Amino acid sequence: MTLVMEGRSEGAMREAGYRYVGHSPDRQEALEKVTGRARYVHDMELPGMLYAKMLHSPYAHAEILSLDVSEAKALPGVKAVLTGRELPYLLGLYMVDKPILAQHKVRYQGEPVAAVAAVDTRTAAKALSLIKVEYQPLPAVLSVEEALTGGVLVHEDINTLDYVKGVFFPQPNSNIASWHKTIKGDIQKGFAQAELTIENEWRLPQVAHVPLETHVVIVQADPYSPKVKIWSSSQSPFAVRNLLAKAFGISRGDITVVVPYIGGGFGGKAGIHLEPLGVVLSRVCQGRPVKIQATREEEFNQLPTREGLRGRVKTGVTKDGKIVAEEIYFDWDGGAYADYSVNVGRAAGYAGAGPYEIPNIELHSRTLYTNKVFGTAYRGFGHLETHWVIERQMDLAAQALEMDPYEFRMKNLLREGATTITGEKITAHSGCVDQCLEAVAKEIAWTGYQSAAEREKAFKTGKVRGKGLAVLHKAPAMPPNTSTSAIMQMDEDGTVRLLLGAIDMGQGAYTTMAQIAAEVLDMPLEKVKVIWENDTDKNPYDWQTVASKYTFMGGNAVIRCAQDLLRQMKEVAACVLRCPVDELTHGNERIRHIQHQDKAIAFKDLALGYAYQNGTGIGGPLIGRGVYMAEGLTNLDPATGQGLPALDWTYGAHGAEIEIDVETGEIHVLKIASAFDVGQVINRKLAVGQVVGGVIQGLGSALIEGYKYSPEGRLLNPSFTDNKIPTAKDIPDRVVPIFIENPQRDGPFGARGVGEHPMISVPSVLANAVYDALGVNFYELPLSPERIVSGLARQKE
Amino acid sequence: MCAEHEHKAAQTYQDSGLPRVLLNCTVNGENVSQWIDPTMSLLHFLRHELNLLGTKEGCGEGECGACTIIFNGRAVNSCLVLAQEAEGSRILTVEGLGQEGQLSILQQEFIKEDALQCGFCTPGMLMSARALLDRNPEPEEEEIKEAIAGNLCRCTGYYPIIEAIKKASEREKEASQR
Ligand code: FES
Ligand code: FES
Repeated sequence: MTLVMEGRSEGAMREAGYRYVGHSPDRQEALEKVTGRARYVHDMELPGMLYAKMLHSPYAHAEILSLDVSEAKALPGVKAVLTGRELPYLLGLYMVDKPILAQHKVRYQGEPVAAVAAVDTRTAAKALSLIKVEYQPLPAVLSVEEALTGGVLVHEDINTLDYVKGVFFPQPNSNIASWHKTIKGDIQKGFAQAELTIENEWRLPQVAHVPLETHVVIVQADPYSPKVKIWSSSQSPFAVRNLLAKAFGISRGDITVVVPYIGGGFGGKAGIHLEPLGVVLSRVCQGRPVKIQATREEEFNQLPTREGLRGRVKTGVTKDGKIVAEEIYFDWDGGAYADYSVNVGRAAGYAGAGPYEIPNIELHSRTLYTNKVFGTAYRGFGHLETHWVIERQMDLAAQALEMDPYEFRMKNLLREGATTITGEKITAHSGCVDQCLEAVAKEIAWTGYQSAAEREKAFKTGKVRGKGLAVLHKAPAMPPNTSTSAIMQMDEDGTVRLLLGAIDMGQGAYTTMAQIAAEVLDMPLEKVKVIWENDTDKNPYDWQTVASKYTFMGGNAVIRCAQDLLRQMKEVAACVLRCPVDELTHGNERIRHIQHQDKAIAFKDLALGYAYQNGTGIGGPLIGRGVYMAEGLTNLDPATGQGLPALDWTYGAHGAEIEIDVETGEIHVLKIASAFDVGQVINRKLAVGQVVGGVIQGLGSALIEGYKYSPEGRLLNPSFTDNKIPTAKDIPDRVVPIFIENPQRDGPFGARGVGEHPMISVPSVLANAVYDALGVNFYELPLSPERIVSGLARQKE
Repeated sequence: MCAEHEHKAAQTYQDSGLPRVLLNCTVNGENVSQWIDPTMSLLHFLRHELNLLGTKEGCGEGECGACTIIFNGRAVNSCLVLAQEAEGSRILTVEGLGQEGQLSILQQEFIKEDALQCGFCTPGMLMSARALLDRNPEPEEEEIKEAIAGNLCRCTGYYPIIEAIKKASEREKEASQR
């Protein structure tokens, strides 16, 4: 039996007859990766390179009373020792709140307080052990409840921090880094209409990204000029350049960021992390290259993670199952620094109610500072978390109504003509979440919850089965004016070299872009080569590789780029063939006349400009350009959150079937069916890869993963021994990816993104299935065997 | 205070200053004879002394499998083995899988099934798979899962990897019957 279905397509599938789009060519870089020749920053060494290591705070919150580095500095082989005292910089994407090394106080256990660069790692580690730090521990803020009381402030200077105004809303004298509000209709009136009100509280812990390659940078900073060169395992070379320039007050032109192969990102390598420390260390070391590679422990404990969340929801429904009002409070456990979490909070503000039409809503999304490892972007950008809240709440609403949760969802889903909670109209071309739900319900043969009697009977066998459903939506979370660009050059044999701004970290972006280019140019895919190793000095601009936006935006830029190349070829060909440009077409790697097929010029003969027989030249080397800038998006109203935040919505649904061992509490997943309205599949094999990989990452969040802290705020599980992720033995018996293809009119060939979506709602669908199996509702993740067993015990009482 | 953690996971080349010892072994079919630091791990020996950078370090603590190599026929985490323990051994790394510019069947199937995304776990995964197929040419699905359970992959969800190993087993069987 195959484990994964082909990835079939349902819905309004078209017989477009594309040459490459929708097919499954191998990824472009596969050969390098199966032979061990793909080079990551992890593998790089430069002549004269030094190795840096960091000393971490043992306390969650403490004043630094003194820091003595004299012995460390004196150790032979040590080239630099830095502390926060020498680094008066603050960095931040949205809230400028984070020092390079802790200044005056530490805000989480694991925060770096000093760094050493030395000739080898052993010397660097020895030097760290010679640093003496005296701390005065402070009371720590370790939960959203403590954060909200504001008795202890994580950032005592919150009132004076710089931030992006009008988009984020820090609250004075509090731990609220941003308070985003979405208000539509009138919830008072709405709840007055409600015949039933369902109110619940849901939680989930912080979860680590776990890229197999930990964060790593090599930095070479010229001691005589502001010039800096950085090799980084990063999703965001252009954002790194931008933020560094801002922090150090230097020009973008002085900064080069190079990204070779990257060993996984998942959002954790977006933004800026070890780069600034590398810059200051290399500068102190007279420009010698400095490598900083996070250990696995630092990956868990120093570098950012996914936010924790407490979600409280009150839903008002009529007896016939219509949602009339909803009040939501999302309180994000954002950790010590705001990083991306304030923007996660903002995305939750406009997407946090799920793909439902809700006439009256008030949604508060508060990103809170706590004394924990700080939060950042993580595949799904808050949507796995908000859908944990909403997709469980919808099942509980259905339970309260004694209604089939499938029917209940179908009554309330966003469809053509509906408006979202920020006032956006859903059209016939927005995608269809109802078709996704229908497809997965069919795939798992959904017939409604089982009865109490059926459960009872199954219970006696020791193994109980259950089924569940959940839906999801997500749009790219990005500034309304986000852009990307592509450059294409043709070589004299007709090969095309494509330069992109985005990073391919394994999601297959470069392969899909090559397919799109080959499709538009109607030429062999093997002759389209995407240049690997992204270099901000050479590659055209892209905002950053996040948000599942690149298939859409990059695809459009590449289409325009290829069209630009064709236009240039046709202009020259029109002169040579003595005909108007509009009588020319292309195919078979030639520009040819639409009627007189023998009137044609091969691409390769135009690549460097056309040469007549007598040697005279015309045209010149072909360089195509294509850009795409998000169209028609707006900022959100600061008071009501109304506006147009979404470039495109990708809708989806999961159906799951599970079996629980009632003795051990262990959940065995028999099947997960996952449907997404992707508009048009570009590469079927890669799309299936995103779905199954994402579903398993979601399974980790659902069943296994999560940070655990001691009462003092020490992270208890910063290793694979205690913070497990799914292995090959933990996967469901089967995953069934289903692609619905209702084209997005402005997407490339109708496509929408699907990188993050597969992991969203996986925890919800499993907990919904757990209810079906046991008749017990769980409100907190992960659904560990211990939690299931104790839930069962409570129910017996 | 946290300094003790720093020692155990040092990730790059390090010299203890102790007298060097001579190591003789075969790596990917070639004889190697080299004086090495006695505290050096086999992983560091391969990466830093022999420049075989295909083998990766994902944790340095025996928990992720990114450093898996085949050591006297068995898949082992090279980060947990001291290089000097390799005296007289036969070692195979990802660089030794293909022959004369020709990918092995296993590598070909990894490509076909798209059993890799970021590729960082791939060399270790290939070596665990190779060791399995060498000792058990026709493994059951559960045996495949067992054999790669020590190799973490955050990208693929494992399905395409399992599929690739199954396909490779079938094709290798065919090839051996020819
Ligand atoms: S690096 Fe050896 S097991 Fe992780
Ligand atoms: S392919 Fe990225 S970890 Fe396996």
